[in-house]
Amino acid sequence: MAKYIFQRLVYMFITLFIIATASFFLMKQLPGSPFKAEEKLSAAQLEILYEKYNLNDPLPIQYLNYLGNLFQGDLGVSFQMNNQPVTEILMSRIPVSAHLGIQAMIIGTIIGMLLGVVAALYSNSVIDYASNIISVIGISIPSFIFAGLLQYYLGVELGILPVAFWGSFAHTIMPTIALAIFPLAISARFVRTELIEVLGSDYIVTARAKGVSNATLMFKHGLRNALIPLVTVMGPMAVSLMTGTLVIEQIFAVPGIGEQFVTSIMTDDFPIIMGTTLFFAFFFILIILVIDILYGIIDPRIRIAGGKD
Amino acid sequence: MENILEVKDLNISFDTYGGEVKAIRGVSFDLKKGETLAIVGESGSGKSVTTRAIARLIPSPPGRITSGEILFEGKDLVKASEKQMQNIRGKDISTIFQDPMTSLNPTMKIGNQIMEGLIKHQKMPRGQAKKRTVELLELVGLPNASERVDQYPHQFSGGQRQRVVVAIALACNPKILIADEPTTALDVTIQAQILELMKDIQKKTDSSIIFITHDLGVVANVADRVAVMYAGKIVEIGTVDDIFYNPKHPYTWGLLGSMPTLDSNEEELVAIPGSPPDMLKPPKGDAFAPRNEYALEIDKVQEPPMFKVSETHYAATWLLHEYAPDIEPPEAVKKRMKGFAKTGTIRTSEEGEKS
Repeated sequence: MAKYIFQRLVYMFITLFIIATASFFLMKQLPGSPFKAEEKLSAAQLEILYEKYNLNDPLPIQYLNYLGNLFQGDLGVSFQMNNQPVTEILMSRIPVSAHLGIQAMIIGTIIGMLLGVVAALYSNSVIDYASNIISVIGISIPSFIFAGLLQYYLGVELGILPVAFWGSFAHTIMPTIALAIFPLAISARFVRTELIEVLGSDYIVTARAKGVSNATLMFKHGLRNALIPLVTVMGPMAVSLMTGTLVIEQIFAVPGIGEQFVTSIMTDDFPIIMGTTLFFAFFFILIILVIDILYGIIDPRIRIAGGKD
Repeated sequence: MENILEVKDLNISFDTYGGEVKAIRGVSFDLKKGETLAIVGESGSGKSVTTRAIARLIPSPPGRITSGEILFEGKDLVKASEKQMQNIRGKDISTIFQDPMTSLNPTMKIGNQIMEGLIKHQKMPRGQAKKRTVELLELVGLPNASERVDQYPHQFSGGQRQRVVVAIALACNPKILIADEPTTALDVTIQAQILELMKDIQKKTDSSIIFITHDLGVVANVADRVAVMYAGKIVEIGTVDDIFYNPKHPYTWGLLGSMPTLDSNEEELVAIPGSPPDMLKPPKGDAFAPRNEYALEIDKVQEPPMFKVSETHYAATWLLHEYAPDIEPPEAVKKRMKGFAKTGTIRTSEEGEKS
């Protein structure tokens, strides 16, 4: 097991290196310059700034310098934000996105699972159809539509929740709802389909023949087996939710990492673009690793060889 | 001997989109303490449905017990609530299912799967239940039982899994063990081992077994009595000797004729022509009549009642009526019956004692 995790970590570094390289050169193709937006700078002043940040060096040299700093854990400083270190900016932004993401993930999957279980238990009933409709709506309508509707009705018309910005718990409610709808819809669909299949399988009859109660049957024998495929889709979804969704954070003016990412691209803030990209990639790969390990815990059939067999 | 189970005029229907399928039509039999009753018949004849109904394991909807009684120790299980059934299932009546590859929960340690019943029905603390589980696994002949309790089903072979399924069924010393084709999915050598195992255990625990199979060789080996089912009815019931040496129903003849034995040549295997009727529209008269070369005129009009052949032997065929012509079983079957006697395919009770 330890060997397996070590191997996976090595792969992770290789992947990160490739991503760093690709995004570095792609980023340099962005039109414009990091200092264009500043109020009228003379050519001489611009030259000084370029020189200061080593932007006049040939691309390969810049690339090697960047990698060198990266290996020392230095992501550079922001061009735009008073030379604030990128690590510091990320650290201040990540908790906000994670807060929203975790909240949306928990609410979305729990409600979705409950909906799926109820739909499976009463399949082809009114409840099932209702849950089906909710799922289809949740999957097919993009979250920014919900965000807009929420802002209009709850924020403007009724005025019970703040329309945007960050501060109190009330500020998190609308973005959380907007974010939670997709995982809710997906997990409701998955749990329903899987549970119906699992509840029709032979080992459920075996369990019933043992005389176990309906609740045990449902949760101990049924749900655990039904959740296995859900874990696969939930992983990448968790990443995208916790690393901040670009659109939702923009709409609600939430100072999360997604909002920062969008801003940095628009202002050609190279170190921040690189830092955020690498953070997204790192987090994604990490979650996939966690999911793979989780898989082994939930499903003993795919427990990784090398451990206690 | 006292009856532990009496099934009286049981009728079961399934509601499908095509209409009501009458899967079981007036089945009656009883099961004595400590005996093995084999139920044989083609696929779809209602063997499994009958026995699942005894444990009330038929999903409803679509299944419905439309009428009849299932008296277990005098108590009617048809009227029992789901809660009451949960206390009977696994404790008094347990079931061994056909396919060991799918009948164990893949994400649960087999020890926990066996323990579940002990903890629920016998209120055993976990430690004690685990000890008992190891004993059970040794009883069903699984080596290294104390290590294997913590393993998962995928770490077992098919035969081993079936032993685990048997252990689950035996956990609480059930009074009735329903074995629904327990050896069909296993290869022949393992089949023999599982059958031996079940017989051994029956001797030790004095439980009654209902054994469903379509393998008449197995029946001859394990059963005390045999019920032959066709199209949702019992068409002939009797002791093993009655059924193998003195079969009365043409369908039983057909089954015996199509049973391969070591000394029979290929040409002598007689298949029953045609296929079972569509139970959405059961035919008028005797359901077997269209496939029966000995069918009488009356078979097309009226269903035969159960005729008594002897105290232990009954058959539902008009051939037993006093006005019916005298018809002998076909030559192939007669020869086969002589073969049984010669090769000792059937273990008579005295032989059984000796072995």
